[in-house]
Amino acid sequence: MSNWPWLSLVTFVPLAGALFILSIRGEAEVVDRNSRYVALWTSLITFVLSLALWFGFERGTADYQFVEKADWIPSLGVTYHMGIDGISMPFVLLSTLLTPLCVLASWDAIKHRVKEYMIAFLVLETLMVGMFCALDFVLFYIFFEGVLIPMFLIIGIWGGPRRVYSAFKFFLYTLAGSVLMLLAIIALYFQAGTTDIPTISATAIPAGLQIWLWLAFFASFAVKVPMWPVHTWLPDAHVEAPTAGSVILAGVLLKMGAYGFLRFNLPILPIASEFFAPFVFTLSVIAIIYTSLVALAQEDMKKLIAYSSVAHMGYVTIGIFVVNQQGLEGAIFQMLSHGIVSAALFLCVGVVYDRLHTREIDRYGGLAQNMPRYALVFMVFMLASVGLPGTSGFVGEFLVIMGAFQASTWVALLTASGMVLGAAYMLVLYRRVIFGALTKKDLSAMFDMNLREKLVFAPLIVLAIFFGIYPLPLFDVMSASVANLVENYELALAAQEGTSLAQIWTGR
Amino acid sequence: MLDILIVFLPLLGAIVAGFLGRALGDRGAQMATVLPLCLAAVLSIIVFIQVGLVGEARTTELFTWFDSGAFELSWALRVDTLTAVMFCVVTIVSAVVHIYSVGYMAEDKSIPRFMAYLSLFTFFMLMLVSADNFVQMFFGWEGVGLASYLLIGFWYEKPSACSAAIKAFLVNRVGDIGFALGIAGAFLLFGAVQFDTVFAQVANFSDTTVTAFGIEGHALTIICLLLFIGAMGKSAQLGLHTWLPDAMEGPTPVSALIHAATMVTAGIFMLCRLSPIFEYAPSALEVVTVVGASTAFFAATVGLTQNDIKRVVAYSTCSQLGYMFFAIGVSAYGAAMFHLMTHAFFKALLFLGAGSVIHAMHHEQDMRKMGGLYKKIPITYALMWIGTLALVGFGIPGLGIGFAGFYSKDIVLEAAFAAHSAVGSYAFWLGIAAAAMTAFYSGRLIFMTFHGQTRADPHTFEHAHESPRVMIWPLYLLAVGAVLAGAVFYGLFVGDGRDGFWGSSLLALHDIIEEAHHVPFWVKALPMVMTLTGLGLSWWIYVRNPWIAGALAERLRPLYLFSFNKWYFDELYDVIFVRPAYYLGRGFWKSGDGALIDGVGPDGVAAATLNLARRAGRLQSGYLYHYAFAMLIGVVALVSWYLLVTLG
Repeated sequence: MSNWPWLSLVTFVPLAGALFILSIRGEAEVVDRNSRYVALWTSLITFVLSLALWFGFERGTADYQFVEKADWIPSLGVTYHMGIDGISMPFVLLSTLLTPLCVLASWDAIKHRVKEYMIAFLVLETLMVGMFCALDFVLFYIFFEGVLIPMFLIIGIWGGPRRVYSAFKFFLYTLAGSVLMLLAIIALYFQAGTTDIPTISATAIPAGLQIWLWLAFFASFAVKVPMWPVHTWLPDAHVEAPTAGSVILAGVLLKMGAYGFLRFNLPILPIASEFFAPFVFTLSVIAIIYTSLVALAQEDMKKLIAYSSVAHMGYVTIGIFVVNQQGLEGAIFQMLSHGIVSAALFLCVGVVYDRLHTREIDRYGGLAQNMPRYALVFMVFMLASVGLPGTSGFVGEFLVIMGAFQASTWVALLTASGMVLGAAYMLVLYRRVIFGALTKKDLSAMFDMNLREKLVFAPLIVLAIFFGIYPLPLFDVMSASVANLVENYELALAAQEGTSLAQIWTGR
Repeated sequence: MLDILIVFLPLLGAIVAGFLGRALGDRGAQMATVLPLCLAAVLSIIVFIQVGLVGEARTTELFTWFDSGAFELSWALRVDTLTAVMFCVVTIVSAVVHIYSVGYMAEDKSIPRFMAYLSLFTFFMLMLVSADNFVQMFFGWEGVGLASYLLIGFWYEKPSACSAAIKAFLVNRVGDIGFALGIAGAFLLFGAVQFDTVFAQVANFSDTTVTAFGIEGHALTIICLLLFIGAMGKSAQLGLHTWLPDAMEGPTPVSALIHAATMVTAGIFMLCRLSPIFEYAPSALEVVTVVGASTAFFAATVGLTQNDIKRVVAYSTCSQLGYMFFAIGVSAYGAAMFHLMTHAFFKALLFLGAGSVIHAMHHEQDMRKMGGLYKKIPITYALMWIGTLALVGFGIPGLGIGFAGFYSKDIVLEAAFAAHSAVGSYAFWLGIAAAAMTAFYSGRLIFMTFHGQTRADPHTFEHAHESPRVMIWPLYLLAVGAVLAGAVFYGLFVGDGRDGFWGSSLLALHDIIEEAHHVPFWVKALPMVMTLTGLGLSWWIYVRNPWIAGALAERLRPLYLFSFNKWYFDELYDVIFVRPAYYLGRGFWKSGDGALIDGVGPDGVAAATLNLARRAGRLQSGYLYHYAFAMLIGVVALVSWYLLVTLG
């Protein structure tokens, strides 16, 4: 069993499912139905397979596990190198968990081109999982960029009225950053003579070069996170994307940028990371305060949650660049928690959107009366989003504040101000949608959640509360990798002692 | 085991009532929550005897919660005397309120939800008081905030209730920023967040200075002040008090349990729990004293002019919390806890009594539309008098007998006097002034509600009726507490038995309470004099000469308005925070995101590209002479360049 190529299996089973769907022929209705079932089963099987990673993962070591390595382009030294450590493993599971839920959430909502839709999602899953497993730069780049294509299609084909504008905005924004990353990868290749990520991580890069490489990577990842001020693609993309598209976008795609910071900027470019940390803090704090205020002014439910995502990712980037155990674990935890919670919030919007076909907040009100179960589910995720202790949102947010305080009290204070602002827009949203008197006729005709919807939410609720009360399993998984990351980072800085970057920067 | 049962029985009740409420029916949900709480109350008394009287403090570890590097902590129940006292206060008042709610909420349509929320609140409160580390305390802290939010907004159809709920949550969150940063500071300084570990190290850091927020200062003072901001939010102290009066939008039992007896005292509890740290931060204690005394005074002035029966009591709560804080500020922790305990009884009694009045008047809360009710609801009337006399601290100074508040309020004031410091005197004199005002507005409440000609509409007045037994009986229990709690527990809390009783759960470097026992007689007598003056004045104004009130308000109009509008705090905050937030949000969105970022960024680039392409397109005119001309220009340019370079 242990010799099985688990990672390749988890990565490519969805692709096989997609190929299978491609081969389905027959009457339109039958094809639709079969595509749905094949997609559901494929993604469920993938999820079960990925559980093997969770259980087979050896805790307490920072080494890459489930490693697979094969020659791919020998002339350039490019290999097919896959492996996971405590940082990437939870994200693989997050991706495989959210995909079946997306398929379920799209069950009735998607009515045309079902077959193509399901194929897009399965391909997307392959690319997402592959990205988190890739240990070779070329492989990583292919997965990282490949993700854009199905997402572009999902927004552009199954999206709302302004879908084309949003899809292009999304594509151009993210591609613009990626080009710079490609340059950085090539530069690293010439520096280290390989594209193997673990090898490059162990190579010392000259401080002067680090600055430029860091900026190149940053340009790519900051767009993905997204950090202020390159966040404006996100609200548009979310608003136009179908519900499941938003779920994946918020749940997994946003994590790719922060994952990139963790995987490349910190270990490969430690000196530049330290140099630019104040810059990242500034952008992140602006993101938290600015986007929270913007969220407060929104009239569109999805846009509001999209802006809240930007604010929450601000916590993540702060946590990453304070580079201590609490900050980093908080950041990773916040990413995972946000993956669950914001995904669930978009699904919450989807539930009422499917019934009333509008996302305008003012059209709702008083849903607590006729949809009590929905009100409860929404409440749980609203609270998790504001970081109430006992929910997963709290663990990450709180650890980030703990970590940030060690780096700078001001950053910690401004970060913590998100606790109030974040609560403000979520509570106001909840009040306007759920509370109040039920006066609108079409609303009172809406029925509460059906079985399929409950099934979608059940695992997310369980996870959001379980990891809020007992986050230990996740700490166990990631602590060794994070400790290793912090240690190497500090070693690299210590080795560089005396030739501080600030001198290089100003002294030439 | 006992501790676990006490804490988790209410949670069990909440889960059963909340999720099976529809299956169990209203009666079932009531049973499912009332019984566990009564059981928890009985067990709490046992624990109180075990821990408080016999003296075995203990900690039960449940399981690990956080494990991130050095930031490591478990869910654990720490039960010492301080916790045992809080266990008793919380479970007894909560059980009483649960029973009372059976009657009060009888006609509501979501009884299971209400009972579940009440029990959930009790669970969080018990978690808060039994925390053995900062983070679990924060869990309980925010949890009670959530329960408070849910219960204030219980009648969610009412816009005013929803706004009040959000306001309560947000204002508390502002305080919680301070709390969270305080925890971060403690973790940074001590490398741990468990109380025991931290307390053991405090003395070593008593002279440490750090730089935080650009100021170099005494580390412990900074941490204590941050934590105190949290306490100010939860306990509605001046500046962060605005949510408490609005919280009266919730059902009255909620006001009694959460916004009078238990949750709002969490700040007091926190500071007492952290007394080993605060004792080493004298400047922080001075701030606590000043804030507490100012709140006591401020809230009393506002209470003078309010017309909503519940708001009067709410401001009185705010004011009494101020007393407790300045007691802490002068290191009289035992006195603060003593006042907390007696206050829980008489303030719950007053609120539930007010609830009984409101119930009788068919949900009328405006005292201007009451009057003459004592004939209609005599039992409530008598109970309200007991609560009032306990609140104003009625007793005989020389003999030392009186209602519960007499003992606790006096020791608080005496401690402030005995501190012999500038802030202590500030607190003492403001406290004395507040005592007079407390007596006045309490008397005003009684006289406006129960005496004189009725101002209610005849129909409501005719149908005013005494509350059912299920509502009255719990009040008797509270009334017994309001009368006796002071006399019975004086010895243990602040008397000769205090050292043995509190043990290591409180730390005071100077025994201020001992000094408080030896203040001059006039200090002991003055509060009573003020109380009698206040009560007498209110009687004179509201019973003998009812026309005076209006005339006085007219004569002192600016002062009256200032008090009536609560010193304009709400208006001020609206202008400084609320409206700018929306204004900024809209501005950032439309001009920041829309015009600036998108305009210069993607949309701008796209437009520029398009523009450029159009211009480039115009070059391809298709006319041969255009192209020939361009070529000619090119040749000329190249030749001139060549000549310039080679010859020049």
